[in-house]
Amino acid sequence: MSGAVEIIDHYLYTKDHEWINIEDNTGTVGITDYAQNALGDVTYIELPKEGTEVEQFEQFVSVESVKAASDIFSPMSGRVTEVNRALQDDPGLINKDCYEKGWIAKIEITSSEEASSLMTAEDYRNYLTTIEQ
Amino acid sequence: MPTETVIHNTPLAGEHAALGAKMVTFGGWNMPLQYAGILAEWEDNRKRCSIFDCSHMGEFIICGDAVACGLDRIVTQTIADMPVLTCRYGVMLNDQGGVIDDCIVYRLTGEAWMMVVNAANIAKDAAHVKAHLSGNTPFRDASFETAKIDVQGPLSRDVLKPLVPGIERLSYYGFEVLDVAGIRCIVSRTGYTGELGYEIYCPWGQAVEIWRRILKDPGVKPTGLGVRDVLRIEMCYSLYGHELEENISPLEAGLDKFIDGNKDFIGKEAVLRQKEAGNHRTVGYFVSGSRKSPRAGHTLYNGQGRAVGTVTSGTFSAGLNAGVGIGFVEKGENVLEKKILFGDDKTKTEGMMTRRPFYKNGSLKK
Repeated sequence: MSGAVEIIDHYLYTKDHEWINIEDNTGTVGITDYAQNALGDVTYIELPKEGTEVEQFEQFVSVESVKAASDIFSPMSGRVTEVNRALQDDPGLINKDCYEKGWIAKIEITSSEEASSLMTAEDYRNYLTTIEQ
Repeated sequence: MPTETVIHNTPLAGEHAALGAKMVTFGGWNMPLQYAGILAEWEDNRKRCSIFDCSHMGEFIICGDAVACGLDRIVTQTIADMPVLTCRYGVMLNDQGGVIDDCIVYRLTGEAWMMVVNAANIAKDAAHVKAHLSGNTPFRDASFETAKIDVQGPLSRDVLKPLVPGIERLSYYGFEVLDVAGIRCIVSRTGYTGELGYEIYCPWGQAVEIWRRILKDPGVKPTGLGVRDVLRIEMCYSLYGHELEENISPLEAGLDKFIDGNKDFIGKEAVLRQKEAGNHRTVGYFVSGSRKSPRAGHTLYNGQGRAVGTVTSGTFSAGLNAGVGIGFVEKGENVLEKKILFGDDKTKTEGMMTRRPFYKNGSLKK
């Protein structure tokens, strides 16, 4: 399956299959193509409140598919500045376009050095091959 | 002695792989969870036609006079008065009135019967049935030689017409021995999705041929167990391991109409005692106030926040665009349109008790 999984080169990734795209001091966060495929059709998302402070790898979003509910963890510490409200009416955007229209939240990053504990696209690609064996 | 867990493959395992199905272990079988995705498969079933591999289910062949051989006592419904070529749904109980399994009984001839049971319970059910049949009654577990292919959806009759001469004769809960693409099969019309549908029982070795012939019709889509669970929850049908268990009585499970009090059956005394006491929990059906879905194991709370029951099945209903759930609640709390909360210590979501089924526009009896 790894060959078919889309991975964006300049994003960073977690072992729990979240991605973060860092621009200036803001990180846009979502879940990866691998994660959306594993979840199946997303039917509901519980978004965090804007202004919420999150720690790195702390659960801050809950996503439900037809099958089950899953926790989403923040790739870095920060303050939630914006959430993708379009997901409330159309949570399936996560399945259709997980890296663009299906983004989940933006956070103002408080500890930029935390990025070093995340995986690059290449690391993540290798990581996927290990978990699929 | 260590026991080895064997995971069985149906004769269609290679077909599922070729079609790119996501596979999952269910009831000791390697089964397709989904192909195109659960919501797409929901549309296929409710609007057009789906094909399911149900070869994992069990089939027993029993020969004898239903009363004399003991079969009639094994099932809560009366079997002895079934017309030949009809099916009847019932449950098998233990002495305490708990559900061993639910089943559909087919009357093949005056004294020949096929009992269809759940995959995970085949060995347990076979032992139970054999133990209660009179000593010389012929019993054969045909589960591993009989494949079962279900074709369900409003267009299922149109799809099968060119392949199955005589299909239009079948009425709801009737069956016949018919040729499917030239292969002799038992074809019945019961359905577990709420849509018009047929079940094809064929020899294990010919399942691939039948599966491929039906799928040649571009209007038919392969469909997995994932959406089957959504479809059955939308219809409020019980599933063993969820609404049915050995510690749940058919009265609690809301199966009163499948219990014939005018005949003898195993567990009858216990069921009658429970009915007389009248203080048992009952199964209830509720709709979430949002797209958030209840899940099996969630606690149910009444409007005052007191825990009053447990969710046994829950999902997102594409038909209602909301979460829907089934669960057991204390007597007195199962009241239509009463507010209910589901969740756990951390999060509770509002819902409302409602009438079954959740999905009302199916083609089941058309």
